[in-house]
Amino acid sequence: MELIKVGNIIKTYHLGSSDVQVLKGVSLSIMPGEMVALMGASGSGKTTLMNILGCLDRPTSGQYLFDGQEISSMSVNQRAAVRNRKIGFVFQNFNLLARTSALENVLLPTTYAEDGLSARQHRQRAMELLDQVGLGDRMDHEPSQLSGGQQQRVAIARSLVNNPRLLLADEPTGNLNTHTSEEVLRMFQKLNAEKDITILLVTHDANVAGHSRRVIRISDGLIADGGFQSPSAAVAAGSASDAKR
Amino acid sequence: MLKMATTLKTALRALRRNPLRSALTTLGIIIGIAAVIAMVQIGEGSSAAIKQTIANMGANELLIFPGQAVSAGVSFGGGSSVTLTSADAAAIARDCPSISAAAPSVNARMQVVRGGMNWVPQFLIGTTPAYLKIRDWPLAEGRVFGNDDVDGANEVCILGQTDVKELFPSGKPLGKTILVNNVPLRVIGVLTKKGANMMGMDQDDIIIMPWTTMKYRVSGSALQNQNQSASAASATFSTSQLYPETSQSLYPVESATEQQDLPQPVSFPNVNSILVSVPSSSQIPQAITEITALLRQRHHLQPGTPSDFNIRNMTEISQALGHTTQLMTNLLTGVALISLMVGGVGIMNIMLVSVTERTREIGLRMAIGARPGDILSQFILEAIVLCLFGGALGILFGQGLSMAVKSLLHWPIQMSAPAMVASVAVSVVVGLVFGYYPAWKASRLDPIEALRYE
Repeated sequence: MELIKVGNIIKTYHLGSSDVQVLKGVSLSIMPGEMVALMGASGSGKTTLMNILGCLDRPTSGQYLFDGQEISSMSVNQRAAVRNRKIGFVFQNFNLLARTSALENVLLPTTYAEDGLSARQHRQRAMELLDQVGLGDRMDHEPSQLSGGQQQRVAIARSLVNNPRLLLADEPTGNLNTHTSEEVLRMFQKLNAEKDITILLVTHDANVAGHSRRVIRISDGLIADGGFQSPSAAVAAGSASDAKR
Repeated sequence: MLKMATTLKTALRALRRNPLRSALTTLGIIIGIAAVIAMVQIGEGSSAAIKQTIANMGANELLIFPGQAVSAGVSFGGGSSVTLTSADAAAIARDCPSISAAAPSVNARMQVVRGGMNWVPQFLIGTTPAYLKIRDWPLAEGRVFGNDDVDGANEVCILGQTDVKELFPSGKPLGKTILVNNVPLRVIGVLTKKGANMMGMDQDDIIIMPWTTMKYRVSGSALQNQNQSASAASATFSTSQLYPETSQSLYPVESATEQQDLPQPVSFPNVNSILVSVPSSSQIPQAITEITALLRQRHHLQPGTPSDFNIRNMTEISQALGHTTQLMTNLLTGVALISLMVGGVGIMNIMLVSVTERTREIGLRMAIGARPGDILSQFILEAIVLCLFGGALGILFGQGLSMAVKSLLHWPIQMSAPAMVASVAVSVVVGLVFGYYPAWKASRLDPIEALRYE
């Protein structure tokens, strides 16, 4: 079953007296374990679609099934819970809390997770994740004491702390130099391959998109290309995830 | 509950992350609470001092007079019967719980002679040592006579300032002797100056002695209210002398036998009045009830018969006291409320700035799963924590401020525990009320907009 299934989504913004249709009937689907890039020029509706896929916004009309749940009819609090438990966010400008240690930053999403785990278990997991992203020796460092690449790795650890189904990365390398960009992208690939986490990279950079296995192109509010998985790739991805199980 | 603890921890962490902002926010409430504490303490001190001053004018005093004598339907006016005794005064002081002291008073107007000087004091009073305590009247020099002087009817007296001036132009009256009705009295004390009372009578024109001395040595009769020169004058110009033919005796002259047979007036230690002090003016009605019950019992009055005494209070002064107290309380409350409002608005201001400044943080928290309610309670808790902290510091500062005022300016200060408790409670409420709007504003932010906020 698809992790993300979007059917004919329309999003209209009211600007004064005129209505602006940003998404004009978008349909796409993403299978669990995929690594997909969402590409589009600025003004194409890329950010609007990402906000809807990340459960931050609701479509004006259309259907959005995430992990089998209908999102468009959910309340604010229900969507907050979905974001907390099932989606990890990685932002272009990292969005780490200043004057807060890396470990505390990683722990932030657990504050709002009513998952029944103890503070110690959360802490344990956060430390493991920081280890995995290679910052095991910088847990007490504050963002101002870390380089850009390190900050983004803290952000990645933070996005993973609640075991999400989907990792949503919005221009994750936009503020990084080429070398660290490569590092971060390779980390995404590793997470996708080893942990079977579904990853959606939102970018305008073809090089970044090239690191994913499928590219969805959006143009002028419509999917131009790649909205659905090609049958052969589906078989490959399916067998890959089968093999891991 | 667990959720509350987590939110509290989050709020505390957020406050610790920006100590300067937290300190600035707290400053508003610190100043507010400190102002309230200092104001209330200085105000209550002044209020108590004003109340004391008015009370010294007699607001907390009661005067008990004997009732009127009536003979064949003719009333002789208040105080004309002979019913109050010094024992009544002692009983009131002993048995009435609502009063603090009671002193009998025997009055007279007589000529006082010292060497070549003579004078008729306005007040010539025989009483007990309690009298000066009730009137809250300290001595300028010397000592007050004691209870042993009262028991022994010792020939001692205390002079008011006016009498010192009239009788001792050279000053130094202590240890000297004056003559009152030809009885020599030794001056053992001099009163401080009190000035005129509300009727314009010179209160310093007073000589005080033990009531036994007054009653049994000086005056003889408490009803003898004329002075020697007056009686001399009336003797000089009596009608019998001017119109000798009218000097016909209405009654037959008593024979010696008849005088023997007539019962002698009992030696009745009556007093002209009893002065009573009550701890506070609010207890005056209770004190009047107690004294009435006690005196009716002591005077063996049957239920239904009128009392043979009158109790008077200083209604005018009491009302002035009541109004002043009310006014001071209202004033202090007003000042306190304004200070807290200022503190509260300060908190709201900085909280609003803080919400704007932390828009990105709020957006991030919402994106990673904070519900609007979580944001709301976090910001309200931050405000309350700041207000509680500020309240505690404010109490310390306010206390220090009023101490400084006390030691530097010598203003009267009264510690006020209710003010402290109330101001902490109020500071929490202020935090809630003035923290709510910024918190609500934060919780209504759109996470998408907030994340993009620069």
